[in-house]
Amino acid sequence: MAFDTRHIAGYRRMAFKRAIAMGIALVIMLWLVILDLSIGPSGMPLLDVIDAVLAGPTAGDRATATIIWYLRMPQSIMAVVVGMCLGIAGLQMQTILDNPLASPFTLGFSAAAGFGAALSIMFGAALPLPEYLVTPIAAFAMTILACVIVYGMVHALGETPEILVLCGIGVLFLFQSLQSLLQYLASPEILQQIVFWLFGSLLKANWTSVAVTSLVALACLPFILHDTWKLTVLRLGDANAASLGISVGRLRRRSFVLIALLTAAAVSFVGTIGFVGLVAPHVAKALVGEDHRFAIPLSAMMGAVILASASVFGKLISPGGVIPVGIITAVAGIPMLFLVIYARKRRSS
Amino acid sequence: MKTQILAIDDLRVRRSGADILSGVSCSLTTGQVVGVIGPNGAGKSTLLSAVAGQSGFSGAVRWDGTRGKGGDIGYMPQSCKVSAALTALETVLLGMHERLGWRVSQSDIARATGILAELSLSHLASRCMTTLSGGQQQLVLLAQRLVREPRLLVLDEATSALDMSHQISVLMLLKRYVLRHNALALMAIHDLNIAMQYADQLILIHDGRLVHQDAPENVLSVVNIRTCYGLDVDLVTRPGGRPVIAPLARAIA
Repeated sequence: MAFDTRHIAGYRRMAFKRAIAMGIALVIMLWLVILDLSIGPSGMPLLDVIDAVLAGPTAGDRATATIIWYLRMPQSIMAVVVGMCLGIAGLQMQTILDNPLASPFTLGFSAAAGFGAALSIMFGAALPLPEYLVTPIAAFAMTILACVIVYGMVHALGETPEILVLCGIGVLFLFQSLQSLLQYLASPEILQQIVFWLFGSLLKANWTSVAVTSLVALACLPFILHDTWKLTVLRLGDANAASLGISVGRLRRRSFVLIALLTAAAVSFVGTIGFVGLVAPHVAKALVGEDHRFAIPLSAMMGAVILASASVFGKLISPGGVIPVGIITAVAGIPMLFLVIYARKRRSS
Repeated sequence: MKTQILAIDDLRVRRSGADILSGVSCSLTTGQVVGVIGPNGAGKSTLLSAVAGQSGFSGAVRWDGTRGKGGDIGYMPQSCKVSAALTALETVLLGMHERLGWRVSQSDIARATGILAELSLSHLASRCMTTLSGGQQQLVLLAQRLVREPRLLVLDEATSALDMSHQISVLMLLKRYVLRHNALALMAIHDLNIAMQYADQLILIHDGRLVHQDAPENVLSVVNIRTCYGLDVDLVTRPGGRPVIAPLARAIA
């Protein structure tokens, strides 16, 4: 069989360029984490921050260590972990639905989480659990419930992307309506708490939330990695993927459950943060194409970069850190998405 | 390599209360390109999809005595438009997705580039699929099936978007492929002249039934074409070659 060695070299060169893009994204992400750590109401020079990080939580200046390790770092790490979860979930959602407009929230997961949080804020006081646990548990449980409802409907009606989207939109409206009902019934003080949760803020993060979210993400990771090639093949279309020996329905169901878990873990503690799961996969695909070996890690890192940037920006424009990142990502996400679409269109033409 | 047999026995497909295929039975051996012909809606795609195990049916389809396994069957469905940001080489590599690791081996890349070269597609290797024409995409997807080296190739109008020269090139390539790999290529063909000249055997489907299975010159008779296609033709004989089908002009009503 005749072949041209130039193409082998070309393929290796392309893979190397993609690895470089991932390396640059990793460096930017780490730099943003350090920058995020150095910004706060008490102020702190960058070198002191690096020293405090390297010294550990118990060594050196106690005040500095407490600020860095117990106040700022959980928020910064949470931005990275949540951004990664939303980035991966967004890419998987766009792949399994074959829809560039899809995001982790397309199938009603954010509305379900919001309803769960609103429910716990209104009635959680009656439960024998601390408040900081009730809301995330309720948000997580409702997201999983939304997943089960959509899954059940799709199982009964058919496993096509169209049916999945239609069922998801139905669930989205159901939970949005229930959420609105609770907001209508809530007292002004409770309503304020619900609205603040819905904005999505990293201020709610602590080491417990970081650990729980990270553990869920790590538990999903082997399954995501296992399906890397299959998801890339699915980009060729259902008929092509099926003809190449892939059980499309089973792959879609498995990815759907993983998306629900990642999204639930991400939003339970920090609230609904929009646009990260929509924009990060587009940026990743524009940089490294749709080979999911590269697109999944880069989408995760781009999610982290976007959320960490939003956190830095939020702190810079409002030193008290009171502007929720959810608002910043939503405002900044729209022009960013247009830029990515424009860049991809220029490249493909 | 031993000869394998594709045996189709009383194949029936029923959808929404209507028979799409009924009582299709035939037996085909490896080493040949078999064309499946018939007018639109005759049941060609349904037959190929059932043979490839992609849709439900009653009856039996046996490949070398057993039910076909996905790895040994290369099925290319009708109209596969690709809108993914993948290069042609990446797309061909995906044909071997079961064996690809995190680092794609030199031999796998060589195999994919070799297939692209055989189909004269080397110049497209690094082009994004979205920038290719329908015909070029079709050829890349055919390369993706061939890279799997299946013994049974089931192609549903794999040449429909190609110009005549490329259609002939693909058929010649398939003829070489089936002989080299002792494989069987079963493909739907719309162009009756191409089917006449390049297929080793033809299966004529009409109204969900197998009407005739034989050598092309026997299947494509004036009577069969008139019965199944409702078309009057002349068969122009050539010395040393199969006849050419010349459709007769219809009167304008």
